[in-house]
Amino acid sequence: MKKICCLLALLLLALFEQSAAQDAEALVKKVKSRLDKVNDYTATGEMKTNVSFMKVPAAQVKVYFKKPDKIKIKNEKGISLVPKGTVSISLNHLLGGQYQVLDGGADKVEGLTVRVVKLLPLDESNEVVLSKLYIDEARLLILKAKTTTRENGTNELEMEYGKYADQALPDKIVFTFNTLEYKLPKGVTFDYDDGSQKKKQTGTADDQRGKIEITFSSYIINKGVPDEVFK
Amino acid sequence: MWQLLQIELFKIFRKSRTYISFGAIAAMVIIVQMALKFDGRSYIEFILGSLKETLDIPYATILNGYFVCFIILNLLLIHIPLLIALVAGDEVAGEANMGTLRLLVSKPVSRTELMLAKFFATVVYTALLLAWMAFLSLVLSILLFGTNDLIVARSNAIEIINRNDVMWRYLAAFAYATIALTTVAALAFLLSVFAENSIGPIVSTISIVIVFTILSEMQIPLYDRTVKPYLFTSHMLGWKGFFYLKTDADGISMPGTVENLPAVLKSMGILLIYIVAFAGSALVVFKKKDILS
Repeated sequence: MKKICCLLALLLLALFEQSAAQDAEALVKKVKSRLDKVNDYTATGEMKTNVSFMKVPAAQVKVYFKKPDKIKIKNEKGISLVPKGTVSISLNHLLGGQYQVLDGGADKVEGLTVRVVKLLPLDESNEVVLSKLYIDEARLLILKAKTTTRENGTNELEMEYGKYADQALPDKIVFTFNTLEYKLPKGVTFDYDDGSQKKKQTGTADDQRGKIEITFSSYIINKGVPDEVFK
Repeated sequence: MWQLLQIELFKIFRKSRTYISFGAIAAMVIIVQMALKFDGRSYIEFILGSLKETLDIPYATILNGYFVCFIILNLLLIHIPLLIALVAGDEVAGEANMGTLRLLVSKPVSRTELMLAKFFATVVYTALLLAWMAFLSLVLSILLFGTNDLIVARSNAIEIINRNDVMWRYLAAFAYATIALTTVAALAFLLSVFAENSIGPIVSTISIVIVFTILSEMQIPLYDRTVKPYLFTSHMLGWKGFFYLKTDADGISMPGTVENLPAVLKSMGILLIYIVAFAGSALVVFKKKDILS
């Protein structure tokens, strides 16, 4: 009798997990179908770069997107050093291709309960190894995405929505990425030593993570973006 | 006094050796510009080091006139003192060597006026040399490479400065560099008073600048605390302070600011004290000097 009960319990658990995975898959499909409504966009915004070894002023940038997964951040009036993994800021890129969907349960983002969904790409040569999406089920919006890549480690993307929420386009994104330590010999740079004590030592964990924050002021959606922009 | 200054300037600019400095600067600047024009990417890759692994580097826009000018100043401002010494070290010693010094002081002009005229003529030469360098390194680079934001590489950080926030920094840097190089000119001028020919003060000035520069650049804590703050060569690099920006609480740099302006002004003050000390000493020594040549 005990064995039968155990078997039944295992069967129920398996059924529950399968049902949860199916729910997660359906949720991802709904989110994807919303994103699919946007074929291209040109977004204007202000980018702030926060990397321990970089001192960069806030810059006016344009972000270009075109289906299926072309994305480019451009500072047309100056120079911005953009992290290589910025393709991860395109949710279309994360939801494109074939993948296995796993339910990751519930979690909280900014106090809001969200559904966690893990995406495992089926293509072994894919740059992305694993994506973890934090989805607001009520609004069908991805609030946070963690992406583990082969070349650039783990990136994290947080999104805040506002006036473009209907198109699932964020008003603000914060992209956290891995960096390598920067150092040049003083014999090369001939730095001016002003005699002040330097604030912090390099080589700490904070030095290995960088962050860019883009606050969008406007989007031009589905009006066409030429391919030359992405070269 | 104005007439004396004109005579001294005439003497400086009628010597062919004066133009060696202008020619040398032109050659060095053009060589660097050509090298960067044809292979600037390699240099940018070198200074940005491992950043290219994690960041997309817009090489074409980084290589602009402001960036090229900064590289030239970084390379040349270490060596320009040698060219300054070439003329400043000759001011009094050259006259002694030619036997015209005794004749000069026998004229109805005070020794103070004579020395001040010679010193100011050296300052004018220094300023003209820097103006020439500014024209070639900044104006010519802008014409050749265009303008964009400026990237400044420090030993442990990268600064990006908006293009409309750069020009005033260069003007301040060139003004600062004029003071820094006048310090070297004043030293060579002082040493010139003690010598009977110009080789001695020129070589002595160059030797002092080299030794002090090595001491300034060595990262030895004992020297950092005791010797370094008092060496004029430690403060000659203060022009770079205009290219270091303040950041806000989020680590975003603030256009129009200087990271540590009081330190830059202090360095400038120290250099001015050196100039007064060197030129003043030269004046005092010359006034008491028994001129036999």
